[in-house]
Amino acid sequence: MSESGAAEPEAEAGRRIASEARERVHFEEEALELADQVYRVARRMVGTREEAEELVQDTYARAFRSWRSFTPGTNMRAWLLRILTNLNTDRGRKVQRTPDLQPLEESDYYLANKVAAAEGEQALDQERVVERLSQGGVVDALAALPHDFRDVVVLVDLGEFSYAEAAQILDVPIGTVMSRLHRGRRILKQTLAEESLT
Amino acid sequence: MTEHDPDCEKCEELLQGYLDRDLTLEEVVIAEGHLDGCDYCRRRYRFEERLRRYIRVSASERMPAGLLAKLTELRGPTADKF
Repeated sequence: MSESGAAEPEAEAGRRIASEARERVHFEEEALELADQVYRVARRMVGTREEAEELVQDTYARAFRSWRSFTPGTNMRAWLLRILTNLNTDRGRKVQRTPDLQPLEESDYYLANKVAAAEGEQALDQERVVERLSQGGVVDALAALPHDFRDVVVLVDLGEFSYAEAAQILDVPIGTVMSRLHRGRRILKQTLAEESLT
Repeated sequence: MTEHDPDCEKCEELLQGYLDRDLTLEEVVIAEGHLDGCDYCRRRYRFEERLRRYIRVSASERMPAGLLAKLTELRGPTADKF
């Protein structure tokens, strides 16, 4: 090996370049296969379809430029979402406080209890009971969440990331993920109850 | 077996973690043991499970046609060689 390397430095360099190019192509293909999943998460993190498309394009542009910093064998979807959430923050998203007046800690069963009160306890057993909440209601309720909460709810409940992955993507401690998720879901249920059952 | 039953309160506390598959084995045993015997909590468990699925499905929007082509254009210059 060292003999041929010494004898044919150009061929060696050529092989190295070719092998790196193959790795890069492989990376790009794997990333492109995840585009739909990345878009689905992005779409709920920003307000419009256009913004989501732009954000995903910026994400892929950056990912393709810095593909060497991806460690093969690790979770590429989480890696892409990490870039995406960083870009989303860089876009000048303002630090947002949870509105002080919003009554927060309703019970986890808030919505279930409201449905039970409106339609009877047995209604909770019906397969179609949640479908009475309108689809637009869910989208609007997610959009209305303070964005720190929304990002976590979107990553875990839509993107199906684990708490640990969401913590890594957002660069916050896992305890923060859990508390934001917990509160975010409660606010979401409260909004759904208000929108759909009144 | 009402919302004021301490066992039901404990179950409510564990339920989101149970749905997230994020409980310790000991907690799973407590949650499942209670759910087995309590209609009130079992209904709420089913409701929460369906609600999650519904939220995931109704908030999920496919990538628009044409976006994949735009992303493909962003690939490096060597992309078509291999």
